[in-house]
Amino acid sequence: MDFCKRHLFVALFAVLGLVALAYIGVQANLQVLFGVIIPYLAVLIFVEGLVFQLIKWARSPVPFRIPTTAGQNRTLPWIKRDLGDKLDNPSTTGFLVGRMALEVLAFRSLFRNLRTELQKDPDNPEGARLIHWSYKWLWLGAIAFHYAFLVVVLRHLRFFTEPVPLPFQLMEHVDGFFQFFTPAVYLSGVVLVVAVFYLLARRLTNPCMRYISLAADYFPLLLILGIGISGILMRYVYKVDIVAVKEMAMGLATLQPKVVAGIGSIFYIHLFLVSVLFAYFPFSKLMHAPGVFFSPSRNMVSNNRWVLHVNPWNYPVKFHHYDEYEDRFREAMIEADIPVEKES
Amino acid sequence: MAKAPKPSELLAGLNYQPPAKGWMDVKPDLRPGTYVNAANPKWMEWINYPYPRAWNVADEDWKLPDNWKEIILEGMEDRLKRFRSLKVFFDICVRCGACADKCHFFLGTGDPKNMPVLRAELLRSVYRRYFKKIGQVLGEIAGARDLTEDVIKEWFLYLHQCTICRRCSLFCPYGIDMAEMTLLGRELLASIGVNIDWAMASVAQCYDKGSHIGATPQAFKDMMDFLAEENERITGITTQPTYNRKGAEVLFVMPSGDYFADPGTFTMMGYMLMFEHIGLDYTLSTYAAEGGNFGWFVSHEMGKRLNAKIYHEAKRLGVKWILGGECGHMWRVCNQYMPTWWGPVDFLEEPVSPITGTRFENASVHKMVHISEFTADLIHHGKLNLDPQRNAHIKMTFHDSCNTARGMGIFEEPRYIINNVLPEGNFIEMPPNTIREKTFCCGSSSALNANENMEVRMQGGFPRANAVKFVQEKYGVNHLGCICALDRATLPTLMEYWVPGMEVTGITELVGNALVFEGEMERTTDLRDRDLVGFGEAAEEDAEDAE
Repeated sequence: MDFCKRHLFVALFAVLGLVALAYIGVQANLQVLFGVIIPYLAVLIFVEGLVFQLIKWARSPVPFRIPTTAGQNRTLPWIKRDLGDKLDNPSTTGFLVGRMALEVLAFRSLFRNLRTELQKDPDNPEGARLIHWSYKWLWLGAIAFHYAFLVVVLRHLRFFTEPVPLPFQLMEHVDGFFQFFTPAVYLSGVVLVVAVFYLLARRLTNPCMRYISLAADYFPLLLILGIGISGILMRYVYKVDIVAVKEMAMGLATLQPKVVAGIGSIFYIHLFLVSVLFAYFPFSKLMHAPGVFFSPSRNMVSNNRWVLHVNPWNYPVKFHHYDEYEDRFREAMIEADIPVEKES
Repeated sequence: MAKAPKPSELLAGLNYQPPAKGWMDVKPDLRPGTYVNAANPKWMEWINYPYPRAWNVADEDWKLPDNWKEIILEGMEDRLKRFRSLKVFFDICVRCGACADKCHFFLGTGDPKNMPVLRAELLRSVYRRYFKKIGQVLGEIAGARDLTEDVIKEWFLYLHQCTICRRCSLFCPYGIDMAEMTLLGRELLASIGVNIDWAMASVAQCYDKGSHIGATPQAFKDMMDFLAEENERITGITTQPTYNRKGAEVLFVMPSGDYFADPGTFTMMGYMLMFEHIGLDYTLSTYAAEGGNFGWFVSHEMGKRLNAKIYHEAKRLGVKWILGGECGHMWRVCNQYMPTWWGPVDFLEEPVSPITGTRFENASVHKMVHISEFTADLIHHGKLNLDPQRNAHIKMTFHDSCNTARGMGIFEEPRYIINNVLPEGNFIEMPPNTIREKTFCCGSSSALNANENMEVRMQGGFPRANAVKFVQEKYGVNHLGCICALDRATLPTLMEYWVPGMEVTGITELVGNALVFEGEMERTTDLRDRDLVGFGEAAEEDAEDAE
């Protein structure tokens, strides 16, 4: 089996295996394990793993100030710098916050994305030329995916709160605005699944993407797809007893866990996949989410020449001192009328 | 110029389809034309670099030290501890592929290992295998692989098909910067004595004498004197510089490319003319005679060892501040590292232009001013008497150097100068996706401008050349301007190959052309001895026709 298939199938079978595991577990009456112990464990691993990884990153110093400058730097006062320059090459902390906010909330760098194609060009003696298109599909897919995911997560908080705070209630109404099914279809769920399919499809159809993708790239996508599909099945097809689910969720949230009878296996599959996602998060590429805040090319003010940056491990180096230089070339320098420190 | 296939041949085989075999199973193909030769041990001895020995890239046995593996792994661990960038960039890549078609080497070679994401994976896979639990347990399926000699050869090949230009980092949603990984990867290679000759020769010469060409003090002075004579011959103006002069107000440091070969020399002549025009009290130094920092192409430490000379010399000569010439990586080093390496720099003063009185507050800590900032300020205050018609034969486009673009953020100053020294309409930009922060590298920077790797240089420079060709065909552009000495060294070759008829010029050369002096002789040619519009044979023929 080739590299790509191996990585894809390992991820696919891992997710299918997890689904099977949860199903078998429920059939074997291990509701306590899958409904209480594993979720708690997953949250514990998530928090500890996350903190551990953040500390690990933070412990390495940032020896040099290396922002990627994507706009005109602050120089002479009359040199024009528009808002884009100030945000893409921030010279103050305020604009840096703006840069990071744009990056995190609007995926600024991805929005810049281009696609470069080699086109045949018979009029040209070389026979081909490069064309650079603006290409926003990846940005759109990514932003749709992340925001849909966020809404889905927030929407789930109604299971963990009683009474449900007004914002969550409102969100539910907006999300289910198009009431074309019973129960009303949530837009976020649909967008999430469609976006995951897009992200998966581009990995599988673009030869270069297929070439660089690892199991670690397919696995989270398939896992989230599994979570999305199980959630959708639960709501629209199997119609799990929502009151029972809420009772169980409130038990988990208030640290008085209990297994409520009468909830179908699909719920446990869903919950188990979510638990795996939580536990997997700190050890995977999903750490790009907190990681972007640690990225020195994005999170530093571009003020190198007027604010000193200190490297904690800066050390003296051996260099070719002027005295040695002059000692070596003194005669020639004198002959060439180049001033010297010592005449002989 | 070493043999490179014809442009049409180079493009005929170009496509972006990766091979069927997975990348971990594809061994590096060390074909002549794709790599720079191994470093001559002599250079390494000059600068006390480890494991100097004679070896060949094409050989099966690279004569690595017995414990090379431990050295690499210890070196990696050490760098993970010292550079947060490395750690974070190793951990957070999601392989979204946004960087893939942004790299000029990928676009030029089609080799998938030149996609920045995969070039980084070449290093990351080893990191996962030895520093991550999951990689230790799951191996290949976790994207991990053993460190073997083939991996070292692969690093050597692809870390020297990266010019540290940061275009990938611009498009990365997390700002993952291949440049950072390439630099640290090259440091690792150097720690087991795997270096390229072009880099090491330049570093050793810079270290030992003062510039990458290894010019002795007297040779440096000869070259400068010659350029001053040229200025006098063409303009009638004496522009004699001084050398190692104590008490000068300003130390001027330029890249050595500006005084030893065309077309850089014309930029040097431009500097001298401009300084004469404004009566700047400046000196050159035969010791700090190289602004370009070839050491940084090899390691952070070597960069610091070479950079040391600039402040050291400024202090010895007692100047007030430093003015720096047109150079890309010199300025990236100056901007990103120099104050951090040596600061605080209390023996110099905050730079103030003695001509305009402008205080360069943006350089208050660094104490060093970029020539484009300095010149733009002079023009803004009307201190230069310029006749743009003297550049009427020049129709120019501007190449933003990768280093000053994405490692500093100088975009407007050179454009302001250009618009003031060229007649209106003679400055034409290349397509927007190929300039400013999105600019393409020349393809031969970071010590890759050797002869033996000409094929890959021409491939790497193809995206840049392609954009230049566009404006040549569409608007009749005949000059490619830049503020980088490596560009002036490498772009002429690239242009000759892809865009014949395109000349490469520094921006201060154009200033030199346009400057009007009191008491100058009638100017009939530019600094390159080319007839100005309205002079020379062509003009005489026109005049005869008119009669």
